[in-house]
Amino acid sequence: MVHVSATPVLALRGVSKRFGAVQALTDVELEVHAGEVVALVGDNGAGKSTLIKTIAGVHPIDEGVIEWEGKPVQINKPNDAQNLGIATVYQDLALCDNIDVVGNLFLGREIRRRGVLDEVEMERRSHELLDTLSIRIPSVRIPIASLSGGQRQVVAIARSMLGDPKLVILDEPTAALGVEQTAQVLDLVERLRERGHAVILISHNMADVKAVADKVAVLRLGRNNGVFEVKSTSQEEIISAITGATDNAVTRRAARTRGESKK
Amino acid sequence: MSINKTSTSPEDQVAGNPEAAAGAATAVDPRLLVREQGFAGYITEFKRKLKAGDLGSLPVVVGLVVIWAIFQSLNSNFLTAGNLSDISVAMVGTGMIAVGIVFVLLLGEIDLSVGSVSGVAGATFAVLSVSHGMNEALALVLAILTGTAAGAIHGFFFARVGVPAFAVTLAGLLFWQGFMLQVLGDNGTINLNSEGLVAKLTTYYFSDIAAAYGLAAVAVAAYFISGYLGNRRREAAGIPSRPLSDLVLRTVLLAVVAFAVAAVYNQYKGLPLAVVLFLAVLVITDFVLRRTAYGRKVYALGGSVEASRRAGINVTLVRISVFAIAGTFAAIGGLFVASKIASANQGAGTGEFLMNVIAAAVIGGTSLFGGRGRTWDALLGVLVIVSIQYGLALEGIAAPVQYMITGGVLLTTVVIDAVTRRTQKTAGRA
Repeated sequence: MVHVSATPVLALRGVSKRFGAVQALTDVELEVHAGEVVALVGDNGAGKSTLIKTIAGVHPIDEGVIEWEGKPVQINKPNDAQNLGIATVYQDLALCDNIDVVGNLFLGREIRRRGVLDEVEMERRSHELLDTLSIRIPSVRIPIASLSGGQRQVVAIARSMLGDPKLVILDEPTAALGVEQTAQVLDLVERLRERGHAVILISHNMADVKAVADKVAVLRLGRNNGVFEVKSTSQEEIISAITGATDNAVTRRAARTRGESKK
Repeated sequence: MSINKTSTSPEDQVAGNPEAAAGAATAVDPRLLVREQGFAGYITEFKRKLKAGDLGSLPVVVGLVVIWAIFQSLNSNFLTAGNLSDISVAMVGTGMIAVGIVFVLLLGEIDLSVGSVSGVAGATFAVLSVSHGMNEALALVLAILTGTAAGAIHGFFFARVGVPAFAVTLAGLLFWQGFMLQVLGDNGTINLNSEGLVAKLTTYYFSDIAAAYGLAAVAVAAYFISGYLGNRRREAAGIPSRPLSDLVLRTVLLAVVAFAVAAVYNQYKGLPLAVVLFLAVLVITDFVLRRTAYGRKVYALGGSVEASRRAGINVTLVRISVFAIAGTFAAIGGLFVASKIASANQGAGTGEFLMNVIAAAVIGGTSLFGGRGRTWDALLGVLVIVSIQYGLALEGIAAPVQYMITGGVLLTTVVIDAVTRRTQKTAGRA
């Protein structure tokens, strides 16, 4: 938390979304400031993915207001979100395996020189970008298929940084990663915050959330179920907000194991 | 988009951050296998590529040499300048259509209608120019546009309506064949004017010796200069570039092939116009696929449709355009086929023709699984197919055996494709 500005970069006010007979989101509120990492947590089906898809423009909202830097905006298409400065890194399917790192970084926004792809300039900027984010990969000219899961994830995140977005949404960036690779991705999230980007991080992993997030927004059954300051909140409190009660499988298990260790 | 927000001019950035630029040039990641200097380096790299299933065009070239050696041993007329020249002219029709098929295969799709569409183009041209007396150039353009329109229609049903490409183009196969028969009418066969524009496509030769050698020299020089300038730019930008020895080696290899081919043509009637046009098409399409944003989109779609969509690529439009390109090249190829037999007849584009076209693209090394291949593959593949046809014809071997052999070659190739893909997956290159 370097310097948090007064006006949030993104604010959702009473956002609702329906799919047929299913009310996926009901009156959801969310605020993200520049230089702040907000973790979005909730159980499966809580509406996390739906929420970020409404922000990313994949699913337009049914009711409510999205405010961007204090002004109400319409986000109906992925392009609308991109033009505002929202970059989304999805959990999977974000890269083309057959194209090299440079090609993937610049996919959809290739640099051209007299109408022709400027490979030299793209490669130079790729090096520059990866250097500023302290990302180490063997070569920028090998196909994505040659990279490990963690390397692919950092390339995907690096790609979202190319447009210099104000808000970066990361959908379970550490879900499929090992210990070392998770640490690399979390480092990268911290560097995004240091550079003044607002970050929304979706994660199931409480350790990750505690490690990098400033605030935790909990969704439960499509509704807000509390926003917590990470520093002043215990993991148990967050978990009970996620599951909806203090008496649940997680706390029962925790109490039991505590009891057993005392014996 | 907003990349330019962050960018200052390259000079500023290099000046502001000299360490980064220098670091990028020198720092080579220890995990990356770098080719050792000298000739031994080529051999170790070759072995590694062999293991990783990263063979490129090598199997085809080896296969072609084997095929030529076999036919030459059977009949010493096979490797004569005349026969080789004829093969290269006869292959242009199939080859042009295979170029379009490469585009479709890059998407990971298939177009079964190209044979019929090529027949339609030939018939359209013949009817317009011969029966209706239309200006030949105009009829030629209209015939080609017929193919573009047919392809665009297939693309629309595939990309917009969501019918599998296989089904759409199978319907197209039958529809366009019927359309061709309808256009040709009761006569069945229309002979083309033997002095006309289309007839000239396969009968005109640049008989001046300087033409073939000149073209070879220009190609070699252009290759070297573009490679050299590219290297210079990369060095100036502080990013790794290929060593000069590498470029020289490639240029020498190209020069040997180019001048050998030119010498063969000059022993016979000279440089065929059809081959010049085919090479021009290959250079242009290769350039479009590898050096333009459009080509990058085609490869991206072959890699991952979802990733492409999220990158803001208009998937529907690219798909329709690719099928339109396939239709256009089918029509162009159809005109070359009509030119070769100097007529448009009911058999055009039917039978094993379609299989030959698809086989040519796949044999050349274009993957059936999408995202991998180049239009140059069409040249190698069609050379193999037409060499087999001519070789067997020289031996007087009948069509049934020809079909079986071509089928066997196609099966071998797709097996290689599937196995390569598996090896590449385990080696992390697919």
